Amino acid sequence: MSAQNMIAPGFSDPVFQSQAAFRALLDALSEPGTLRRVDGDITPPEGMEAATAIALLALADYETPVWLPQALRDGPAGQWLRFHCGVTLVAEPGQATFAVIDGTAAEPTLAAFNPGNDQFPDRSATVLVQGAALEGGAGVTLSGPGIPGTRDIAPNGLRAGIWAELEENAALYPLGVDLVLCHGDGMLGLPRSTRIEEAR
Amino acid sequence: MTMHQVPAEDTKPAYNYAYLDEQTKRMIRRALLKAVAVPGYQVPFGSREMPLARGWGTGGIQVTAAIIGPSDALKVIDQGADDTTNAVSIRKFFERTADARTTEATEEATIIQTRHRIPEAPLKSGQVIVYQVPMPEPLRKLEPREAETRKMHAWAEYGLMQVKLYENIARFGEVTTTYDYPVLVNGRYVTAPSPIPKFDNPKMHMSPALQLFGAGREKRIYAIPPHTSVKSLDFEDHPFRIQSWTEPCGLCGAGDSYLDEVVIDDRGARMFVCSDSHYCETRRAEGHRGAMLGDAALTGLVEETKP
Repeated sequence: MSAQNMIAPGFSDPVFQSQAAFRALLDALSEPGTLRRVDGDITPPEGMEAATAIALLALADYETPVWLPQALRDGPAGQWLRFHCGVTLVAEPGQATFAVIDGTAAEPTLAAFNPGNDQFPDRSATVLVQGAALEGGAGVTLSGPGIPGTRDIAPNGLRAGIWAELEENAALYPLGVDLVLCHGDGMLGLPRSTRIEEAR
Repeated sequence: MTMHQVPAEDTKPAYNYAYLDEQTKRMIRRALLKAVAVPGYQVPFGSREMPLARGWGTGGIQVTAAIIGPSDALKVIDQGADDTTNAVSIRKFFERTADARTTEATEEATIIQTRHRIPEAPLKSGQVIVYQVPMPEPLRKLEPREAETRKMHAWAEYGLMQVKLYENIARFGEVTTTYDYPVLVNGRYVTAPSPIPKFDNPKMHMSPALQLFGAGREKRIYAIPPHTSVKSLDFEDHPFRIQSWTEPCGLCGAGDSYLDEVVIDDRGARMFVCSDSHYCETRRAEGHRGAMLGDAALTGLVEETKP
């Protein structure tokens, strides 16, 4: 077997690593805009940030269809995810429970993912956005549950229209998708309950 | 004949860390993340059989099992007390299945599992409080059909609850609900705060701690993230009020805590004591003396220990 076809290992200690990853995600989504670090003790497949890979290892399984960009789906990332999590990779964004998107790509927009329905808003998708950095970009101000007053974040490497999309998403509340921005071993949660204001 | 087998030293434990299997934990964790994203909305989840009867805190236990890790310190209270049967059993359960570090000190705990109380000591950022919920649906006594209550939540149709509170006022002059007093979370979902006394409701508002709710029998999980508005339902001319007592705690003299009434003889004598046992003990250790605090050494029940 050539090295190219080898699937990289996942968690070395699945029970405790997924627990730690989950707690980081829980903190990230319950206190939106705070930077959380996850134990980066794995080598993520090509095209995937460590935080994205860890979040999926901790949460995804055969019950959760995953949407990946075409390049990732056909590459080692798709294989890796199928092997470790047993997930179904779907081609249609609207069918996914978890999705990984590239922060700079124009498509798909957040509106393409399942926002849940009014009786079951929990059936919405969770979108992991891979950005260039979680700091150093144009600032936005967050408010809402989990935030005492307001909180400023400045992620970098996201497409220009993403904040407008997020405002639209927040307007759907209690429907809407939940976002986790991932870069390196850092993650930053932006659930649908968070209201976003762009700096003018 | 019963065969007793002594397990060998290298035998693997019979169950996974924190009792639940990883698949179940993932399912609960996904539900928790959605619950946090929609504060107050009840997320259905696949509640598992636990090694104790439903109604004994299986929802809270499953939530705790899904979040607990080696660095956590767990406190379990039942009606405010650390030393009641339910609290002791659940603490033992996690000591055995998750090697949990347990504590009775509210300040030291990272996870507090509770039945029917919020501790008196203010919760801090980074703490998680897990409520055991028997009846997660605040509208259930008004509308028995799940299909209907689901629509009422979907459309924020909460008139029925206001009517119920109004009828209370019309008949009794005040809202007579004293526990499980309905709250509006983040201005959207009417939510059952679990059967905590309404005395504790104001502690939920803008709490710096994360609040998770698990209902095992009813298969629902919901959450209130830190710094989230939690408003007890009321009317402008009948504002929400909490209970008050005419006398302080008989043991520690606290005038600001929730008191239990304890009948102490058959002639109608009674005393009021803090329901939060750790709070009461901490105050007594600090030297606060209530009017009815006996001195065991003076009564001759125990011998005074000489230093």
